[in-house]
Amino acid sequence: MEEKKSLIKNPSFQAILTSVVCIILGLLIGYIVLLIINPVGAGEAIKTIILNFLTRASSMARAKALGNTLAKTAPLLMCALSICFCYKVGLFNIGAPGQYEAGACIGLYAALAWNCNWIVCLLLAAVAGALVGSISGFLKAYRNVNEVISGIMLNWIILYLTNMILTRVKDPTSPYTMKLSSKNSGALIPSAGLEALFAHNKTVTLAIPLSILFAVLIWVILNKTKFGYELKATGFNKEAAKYAGMKEKQNIIVTLAIGGALAGVGAAFLFLTGYQEWSTTQSSVPVMGFNGIAATFLGGLHPIGTIFASFFIQSITDGGALIDKSVYPSQISELISSIIIYLCGFVLFFKYALNNWIRKKETREISKVDGKVIDTAAAGKEGGDK
Amino acid sequence: MVLLLQYTIIFASVLCLVALGGCFSEHSGVINLGLEGIMVMGALGGAVTMFFLPPGTSPFLIVIATTLAAVLLGMLFSCLLAVASINFKADQTLIGTAMNLLATAGATVFVRAMNTSINPDNVSTAIAYIEEKQAFLKYFGKFEFNWFMVMAVVLLIVSYIVLYKTRFGLRLQACGENPQAADSVGINVYRMRWAGVLISGFLGGLGGIVYITAGVSEWKFEIGVAGFGFLALAVMIFGQWNPTRIAGAALLFGLFRALSNVYTGIGFLAALNIPGTVYNMLPYIISLIVLAFTSKSSKAPKAEGIPYDKGMR
Repeated sequence: MEEKKSLIKNPSFQAILTSVVCIILGLLIGYIVLLIINPVGAGEAIKTIILNFLTRASSMARAKALGNTLAKTAPLLMCALSICFCYKVGLFNIGAPGQYEAGACIGLYAALAWNCNWIVCLLLAAVAGALVGSISGFLKAYRNVNEVISGIMLNWIILYLTNMILTRVKDPTSPYTMKLSSKNSGALIPSAGLEALFAHNKTVTLAIPLSILFAVLIWVILNKTKFGYELKATGFNKEAAKYAGMKEKQNIIVTLAIGGALAGVGAAFLFLTGYQEWSTTQSSVPVMGFNGIAATFLGGLHPIGTIFASFFIQSITDGGALIDKSVYPSQISELISSIIIYLCGFVLFFKYALNNWIRKKETREISKVDGKVIDTAAAGKEGGDK
Repeated sequence: MVLLLQYTIIFASVLCLVALGGCFSEHSGVINLGLEGIMVMGALGGAVTMFFLPPGTSPFLIVIATTLAAVLLGMLFSCLLAVASINFKADQTLIGTAMNLLATAGATVFVRAMNTSINPDNVSTAIAYIEEKQAFLKYFGKFEFNWFMVMAVVLLIVSYIVLYKTRFGLRLQACGENPQAADSVGINVYRMRWAGVLISGFLGGLGGIVYITAGVSEWKFEIGVAGFGFLALAVMIFGQWNPTRIAGAALLFGLFRALSNVYTGIGFLAALNIPGTVYNMLPYIISLIVLAFTSKSSKAPKAEGIPYDKGMR
């Protein structure tokens, strides 16, 4: 009984519980919107969004579709890790889409114009992302510019720059960049046998296990190293960190540079798998970076939780593309993820209310049955059901 | 040149309105990063109203109805920020970002559903309002005068008076500087912050409809308002949270934004042969540079971004 009682008080359990509540509410609101648009197929549509690849007919098609979702989860996870890492240091890296664009730009340019192999392209993408991130970092540390505003400005600047640069390596007949498979297949991230598991889906590559490795690495850096501790201390209280002898300005720049590198690698993880090409007439900031925000907060700001949250967000995004487009807009998934982000804002309050409720309940019970066994089975059972 | 002047003024009007919105919200102590989303919602309200008004409606009525719809939807949407950040003490940066995404996604879904329900083959996310837009315009020679320009100037003056010459404005500012002190003399901080956020919804929503009617007569809601809400925030910071300075900053930024619309028509700029993308980037680059040089000595309200908790007094 003691074990059950501690479950609902356990912070990780609470984090998972709140995320699940956010997901359920988000899906519910999405369902209501679908009902309003057209009540006939709404149930089927929300089912498609939730189940995504499971709705495919054959097991081969399911494996292939799962492979596609995983291939896009890797870049999303990298963007989410970028935002998560910076948030832990007290910085809101909304510039992740811009760093992602920079990674795509240099990664693809190196692959198509300089014929580099995939490792070089990946490293260059990381450097490009880090450079863009450190611009925000420098402006924040030395010029007191809010990183959110500089991030947004850079998102647009880099978008136009990327379009301009990648136009040089675009396919002459379409607005897209040339296909890697025909121009320089050495720049494609190797699959290392993984494709066989997913019905020979060529876009399933080493990028997926690598992104998970990065998540673990970020967790280790943040929780097990002095470097991570210093960064978190800077985020918690800049002045205190300064007086404790830490280089707080440098820490801010390094953090955003690392965040930028993660997002840059994220772009490489998408464009170097040959999953899709960059459209040089693109007029809006890639949605990947913004979905990263949803995955970060849904993952309870924990690198490992972010893995599962990224998969969920990507899965409902892909599911949204499968619904009957003549009736429902596929953007419904974006709506659901944005509702989830909004609800994540209430997480702190929710946890506070939950703990308050537990405390009140306990004091009431203690005063009521003095000396008897405290019955908390009800609370424990509720936790166990979730 | 007339064209450049016209676009500068209309874009400056947008930036000025939205920046003033941010100004009210921040003076009350709430950072409003959701201005971009509020603009999208205002634009949506206005565009839908113009779309559904029967042809032959008097121009006066079109102006009134469109403006009202934009303002109301903007205020309604700003409630999302107010509830979360004032009553539930949520992270204001997170909520603002969520609102921006929510507005764009919501508007896209709405417009697409609306288009498909009218014509099943129409899956675009755009609303056209070519004829209705004429209600806002008056021509003086080549200069296309827009009633929104007048609204912007009037609201600028009103904002100045409200903020500095009325009891309400001074109390609002007190809530952004030192909410504990304001509370101790009997000001309801929560209510003042709600007022600040709602005013920013009003001005942001209006800015949204002005933006999508400036220069174009059709809007694709997929792209939201392309970072314009954030440019307005840059204008607000450059204007040091002060309405008169904001107006000046808005004119400067409006000029750079206007250049991308008209550079081909200006002899020496066209002769320079700079690609159009450079002009598209210009407003964002300028704002980064300007912010780098003005943010150091910031006159930001001291308590902005910090949720007010009565128990912490």
